Amino acid sequence: MSEHVKGSVLVVGGGIAGMQSALDLADSGYYVYLLEQSSAIGGAMAQLDKTFPTNDCAM
Amino acid sequence: MSGKPGNFSAEILKRPRFVDVEKCIACGACAEKCPKKVDDAYNQNLIKRKAIYVEYPQAVPLKYAIDKDHCIFFEKGKCRACEKFCPSKAINFDDKEEHLNLKVGAVILAPGFRAYNPAGDDTFKYGRLPNVVTSMEFERILSATGPSQGHIRRPSDQKSPKKIAWLQCVGSRDVHRAAHGYCSSVCCMYAVKEAVIAKEHAGGDLDCAIFYMDMRSHGKDFERYYNDAKEKHGIRFIRSRVPTIEPVDDTGDLILPHVNEAGEVEEERFDMVVLSVGMETTPEVARLARNLDIDLTEGRFCRTDTFHPVRSSRPGVFVCGAFQGTKDIPQSVIEASSAAAEAEVLLSAARNTETRRKKEILERREGNKTPRIGVFVCHCGINIGGVVDVPAVRDYAATLPFVEFVTDNLFTCSTDTQDTISRVIREKALNRIVVAACTPKTHEPLFQETLVSAGLNRYVFEMTNIRNQDSWVHKDAPDKATEKAKDLVRMAVAKAALMSPLEEAEVDVNRRAVVVGGGVSGMAASKALSGQGYQVTLVEREATLGGQALNLFRTWRGEDIQENLAAMVKSVESDPLIDVCLNTELGQVEGFVGNFKTTLTCKGQEHVVDHGVTILATGAKEFKPEEYLYGKDPRVVTHLELDRKFMNHDQGLKSVKAAVFIQCVGSREPQRPYCSRVCCTHAIESALYLKKINPDAEIFVLNREIRTYGEREYLYREARLAGIVFIRFSLETKPKVFVDGADLKVEVPDAALGHSVGIKADLLALATAIVPYKDEKLARFFKVPMNEDGFFVEAHAKLGPSEFASDGVFLCGMAHYPKPIDEALAQGQAAASRAVTLLSREKIRVSGTVAYVNPAVCSSCGVCVEVCPYSAPSFIEKGPFSGKAEINPVLCKGCGLCVSSCRSGALNLKGFEEGQIMAMINEV
Repeated sequence: MSEHVKGSVLVVGGGIAGMQSALDLADSGYYVYLLEQSSAIGGAMAQLDKTFPTNDCAM
Repeated sequence: MSGKPGNFSAEILKRPRFVDVEKCIACGACAEKCPKKVDDAYNQNLIKRKAIYVEYPQAVPLKYAIDKDHCIFFEKGKCRACEKFCPSKAINFDDKEEHLNLKVGAVILAPGFRAYNPAGDDTFKYGRLPNVVTSMEFERILSATGPSQGHIRRPSDQKSPKKIAWLQCVGSRDVHRAAHGYCSSVCCMYAVKEAVIAKEHAGGDLDCAIFYMDMRSHGKDFERYYNDAKEKHGIRFIRSRVPTIEPVDDTGDLILPHVNEAGEVEEERFDMVVLSVGMETTPEVARLARNLDIDLTEGRFCRTDTFHPVRSSRPGVFVCGAFQGTKDIPQSVIEASSAAAEAEVLLSAARNTETRRKKEILERREGNKTPRIGVFVCHCGINIGGVVDVPAVRDYAATLPFVEFVTDNLFTCSTDTQDTISRVIREKALNRIVVAACTPKTHEPLFQETLVSAGLNRYVFEMTNIRNQDSWVHKDAPDKATEKAKDLVRMAVAKAALMSPLEEAEVDVNRRAVVVGGGVSGMAASKALSGQGYQVTLVEREATLGGQALNLFRTWRGEDIQENLAAMVKSVESDPLIDVCLNTELGQVEGFVGNFKTTLTCKGQEHVVDHGVTILATGAKEFKPEEYLYGKDPRVVTHLELDRKFMNHDQGLKSVKAAVFIQCVGSREPQRPYCSRVCCTHAIESALYLKKINPDAEIFVLNREIRTYGEREYLYREARLAGIVFIRFSLETKPKVFVDGADLKVEVPDAALGHSVGIKADLLALATAIVPYKDEKLARFFKVPMNEDGFFVEAHAKLGPSEFASDGVFLCGMAHYPKPIDEALAQGQAAASRAVTLLSREKIRVSGTVAYVNPAVCSSCGVCVEVCPYSAPSFIEKGPFSGKAEINPVLCKGCGLCVSSCRSGALNLKGFEEGQIMAMINEV
C-alpha cells in the first residue's frame, strides 16, 4: 500500500491553524510542505496585541 | 491539483523573494538604506515600512524580502542600495518565479480570512472620518510594536482619546450591500478585550462603550471576562445598533445617535470609534476552492458536515481554521489538529517514509576533563559592534582562566560560523563553549545543535547577551558598554568552567492509549488512534457507547443524529484495535507519560492496562432545574426531553397551540457564570422543527440574548421570518411561570413593549445548563486541574486546548467545555493527533535541566514534595537513604521551585548549580 500513498502533506496557509496542523504532522512522522502567501508565517494572530482571557502577548 | 486521496500532484507558484534566505542575516542594513517608503500592511497601513522589509520584528523566517511592486530598481531600473550595503551578499535581483510540482498524500486548507472592509458602508464613513478605525487597526494602535508604541492616539490629531466607542456586527449579521448574514463569532470578545486593554493602557479616565445587538461570549471563561469588563473595568455595554456616525464640525469628535432600550433616541459624543469588523473568505480563496473543486457554503466557507467537521467535499482535502467557518483561536487550533489527524489516518501506511532523520553524532566523553573553553564574540552587524569594542572584548576573553580559543564574528549565528565553531571545537579539543551575542531565547538551540554536531554535550554551553542587555541599552556610553560586555563574558566563562555534561533521561513509550469516555469525542479520538494502528482501550462507565448524543434529535444543519451516531458506534465496536470496556471505571492510576498503569474496574472485576497516553473525554450532563415548575408540571420539559419527544414522534406536539422556550436556565447565573454555548441554536432549531410539524403553533423564545454564532445565525433569521417571537429578559426580570386553573402560564416583561406579556403555554421547553461531572478522583489520578465551574483546565487556553500541562494526558469534548457535536468530534480527533506526536516516537527524551537531591543533607521535611506542581519529588522507600527525597527526572520540568524552597540546601538544579551561580556573582 505504501508505494501508492505518499507520506507528505501540503498545508495551505501559515496562520495559527496551518502552523498547528504542520507541527502535528511533522511530529508524527509526515513530511510537510507549508505554503504561505506572505514572506513570513504567523497569520492574523501575529497582528494581535494581546489575547484574552489571560491578556497574554499574542506574539 | 490532480490525483486522488493518498497521492495528489499539486502545482505551486513560488514568488521570488529577491533575498537569499541562506545568506540573509537580518541585520537590517538593507532596509535602513532603502530609499523607498511603503505602506506597512502589517501595521494596517498606519505607518510606513521600506520596499525591502521583514513583516514584523519576530517574523519567521527572520529574512528580508523585496516588495517588487514598490522597489525603485524594479520600477526605474536603478538604485540597488540594498545590494550595495548588504554585508552578506544576500540580495539577488535575478531571483525568478518558480513553478513547483509537489507530490503529496493529503492537503490541508488553512487559508484563513480577511477582515471585512467597511469603506463601502455609508453608515460608518470609514475612510472619510479619520477617527473611525477598524478593530484590526486598533489592535496595532494598542500594540507596543505598533505605530504609537502602544500609546493610544487617535489618527486626526494624535491626541489621547478620553471616550472610545466600539460598534459591533460591522459586516456581520447584516444582509445589506457587501455585508454578511452570518455572525463572525469573535468580534464581541475581541471588542471587550480591546476595551479592557485600552483602559489598562490609558489609565482610569478612559471611557469605553460597546454598542451591540447580542453579546456573544459563548466560549470557555468568556462570560466571566465579559462580566469582569462590566463590573471591574467599568466598560459600558449599550444594546443598540448605531445607524450613523456624524462628525462634530472639524473637532475630530464623533456623534453617535442611537435608540436606547426604552425606545428613546439618544446621542453621545466620542473621541474615537472602533468598528468591530467581521471575517470573510477572500475572493482568491473562493477561487482556489473552485479550482480544487471544493463546495462552499452560503457564506463562502468550506462546506463540511457535523460528523466530519474537517473534511471538505473532496476526499483527501481537509480544512481548518476560519475557512471552515468563523471561529476564534482555540477552535482553529483544535480543528488544525483534527485535520492533521484525518491526514495521518489517510496516510498511516506511509508514516516516516518521507521524513528525514538527522545523522546522529556520537558524543565525545570529554566533559569532565580540565575545562578548555572557546569564546565566540558576536558583532551582530552593527548591533553590537557599533557600540561595543568587540575585538577588545575578544582579547580580554583570551586572558580569562581556561580559555583556549577566542574569536569574533560578524554574525555568530550565520551558517558558515556554525561550521567554523564545529571545526574549532574539534581542532582545539574544546569542551566548553561561550557565545557572547544576542538572546538565548532565540539562538541557544541553534548553538546547542552546533555543539552536538561537533560531538559535545549540548549542556556545556553558555550564552551571554551583550546585545539586548548591553549594546542596545547603552548606546550612548560605548566605553562603559564595552566594560559591561567584558563583565558579562567573565561571568559566563566562570560558569562555563564549572559546567558538566548533562544526561537527558529517555523513556520508552507504550503504544496503547486509554480513552476515558465513550461519547462522540471519545469515540472520535479512539477511531483517529486506531486508524493509525494504535491500540486503544475505550472506557465507558455506562452500558452503551454514545454519551449525550444518544439524547439528541438533529444537528443545526438538519442531520439525523441517531443514524450517524449508530454508524459511529458500530465502527468503534467492530474495530479490532479498540478494546471497548463498558460499565467500567478507573480504579487506580500510576506512572507517567509513556508508561501509565491504570487499573480498570468493571462489575467488581479489576484489570490493569499499561498505556503510553490518556485521553479524558468524560463529557458533561444536563442540569435539572428547580425553577419554572420543572418536575411539577408535565408540560415543562428540558431540551433533551423535547428531543426525546421529537424522536418518538410524540403526537401531542401536533396539538400544541403555544410553545414557550426559556433560555439560560441555570447558565449565566451567579452560581454558574458561564454560557452553555449550544442552547440558543438548539432552541431555535427545535422551534423551527415544531413549526414544521405544527405550522399553527405560536412559538415564543424568551432569551437574554441569542448566541447563534457563525452560520448558525441563518437559523435565527429563518426563525424570525417564520414568525417565531423572540422576547428578551434580563437576570433581574426573569419570566414567571405559574399554573392558573388548568392552564400553564408564562409571564415576561417585554422591554420593547414596556409592559408584561402573558402567554398560555401548552409546552414549555427549558434550555438548561450543561454541567460538568466534577470528577475529583480522575483529576487527582492524572494530576490535572479543574476550573471554578468544574471543567478541566487545558494546557493553554489558546494554543493548547486539547492537552493538559501534565505530559501524556489529553482532553476533548464537553469535559473541556459545553460544545456541539461537530466541535466535540473535532476535538476528539485533535486530542488523538496531539497524542500521536508522543505515540509515534520510540523514546521520549526529557530535558537534562532537572533538579536532584543530595540525600546526605536532606532533612526529609517534605516541602519539595508539597510545592512541586508535577509530583516529581517523592520519598525514597528503601535502602540507606530511605525517607529522604528523590526527584524523578522524567516528571521534573526544571522550574527550580523545589530548589528555592529547600531549607537544607539538599536540592540543586542541573545546569544552574549553586556553585555555578555563585561563581558568576563572584565575578561581578
